Amino acid sequence: MIALLRRDLALAVRAGGGFGLGLAFFLVLCVLVPFGVGPEAAILSRIAPGILWIGALLSCLLSLDRIFALDFEDGSLDLLATAPVPLEGVTAVKALAHWLTTGLPLTLIAPGLGVLLNLPAEGYLWLVASLALGTPALSLIGAFGAALTVGLKRGGLLLSLLVLPLYVPTLIFGAQAAARGAAGMDAVTPLVLLAGLSAGTLALMPFAAAAALRINLR
Amino acid sequence: MMTVRDLCVARGGVPVLEGVSLSVAPGEALVLRGPNGIGKTTLLRTLAGLQPPLHGTIDAEADLIAYAGHSDGVKATLTVTENLTFWARVFGQGTIAPALAAFDLDRLADRAAQNLSAGQRRRLGLARLMVTGRPLWMLDEPTVSLDAASVAMFAGAVQAHCAAGGAAILATHIDLGFDGRILDLSPYKAVATVAPGGFDEAFE
Repeated sequence: MIALLRRDLALAVRAGGGFGLGLAFFLVLCVLVPFGVGPEAAILSRIAPGILWIGALLSCLLSLDRIFALDFEDGSLDLLATAPVPLEGVTAVKALAHWLTTGLPLTLIAPGLGVLLNLPAEGYLWLVASLALGTPALSLIGAFGAALTVGLKRGGLLLSLLVLPLYVPTLIFGAQAAARGAAGMDAVTPLVLLAGLSAGTLALMPFAAAAALRINLR
Repeated sequence: MMTVRDLCVARGGVPVLEGVSLSVAPGEALVLRGPNGIGKTTLLRTLAGLQPPLHGTIDAEADLIAYAGHSDGVKATLTVTENLTFWARVFGQGTIAPALAAFDLDRLADRAAQNLSAGQRRRLGLARLMVTGRPLWMLDEPTVSLDAASVAMFAGAVQAHCAAGGAAILATHIDLGFDGRILDLSPYKAVATVAPGGFDEAFE
């Protein structure tokens, strides 16, 4: 398991691993929004939590199809399925590797991009907390979607359509927590619900993804 | 080691082979023969547990099989050593040195897999079998893109594995030059019918 995690992390940061893609997209989005919306500080600080959350979600989506597709193409997935590691563990570890290379860096650079969007000072803590609690759910749901579409050529379109509705609750609670925090209101309730979502997907999604993989490997 | 009785395997819901019975004992190499499309790959994938048989029984010990399919499962941006070490760790084995030596990969150990030739890459894929520590090797067209010397190297590795109490099932068209029982799959070709319930598979 640890070997698999280390291999996936090594693959992600080497040439062609796609590690920087999500981060670069997030950066571009957050830099462009002020140009598109205009320089009014009041409007920007009002939409900042939502924009940051949507940006993080779309950046996550960008790298989802790589979770299983590359391993499927070069045959590694067949070999992992016959290896003495449970497929549920493989999917959980791959989702973790995806979060470590996507969700975690996004959470860490979000405060810097919050400055560009004039996020109110009291919102930073809540933004980071909501992203840290919410992005694991994005990776886990994404791993399930990637497992469902793994055998398909150009499955990325179908993957986005499948995964986006499942992302909506995470987005609502995550953006709510960040927005309420930025507005100086109590943000604990949406944060708790967000943590519950992540815990729930952690309990369910590895099994669902492994079942989908078994069907797709036939 | 492995006993198969009256196995029927299907590809895409259509039975391709039926009534296949075979057994493999330690020290034995079984060579599957048959024309393209007869179902050698499907049979191997079924035996490896990657897909369920339509009917029939497969009796096998646990943790028995090391499967090597058409593609090698080699990661292009990792080096030869990193690729092998990864699989050795996944299978809970220690050293990769014997595998490197057996397939003459010592000099290539630090090279990234994307810079290997097709034959060298194939040798790396076959060396992976040695680091699994599994007794029964299942090989699907193992000699594709290997030259004569590499084929001899591979045949030697299979013989050494069998001599050490292992066994192998190979689907191949060429003569590997060692004593293996040959099983021609042509007589088992299924009469082309749709599998029972095959159309409804997605709705079950």
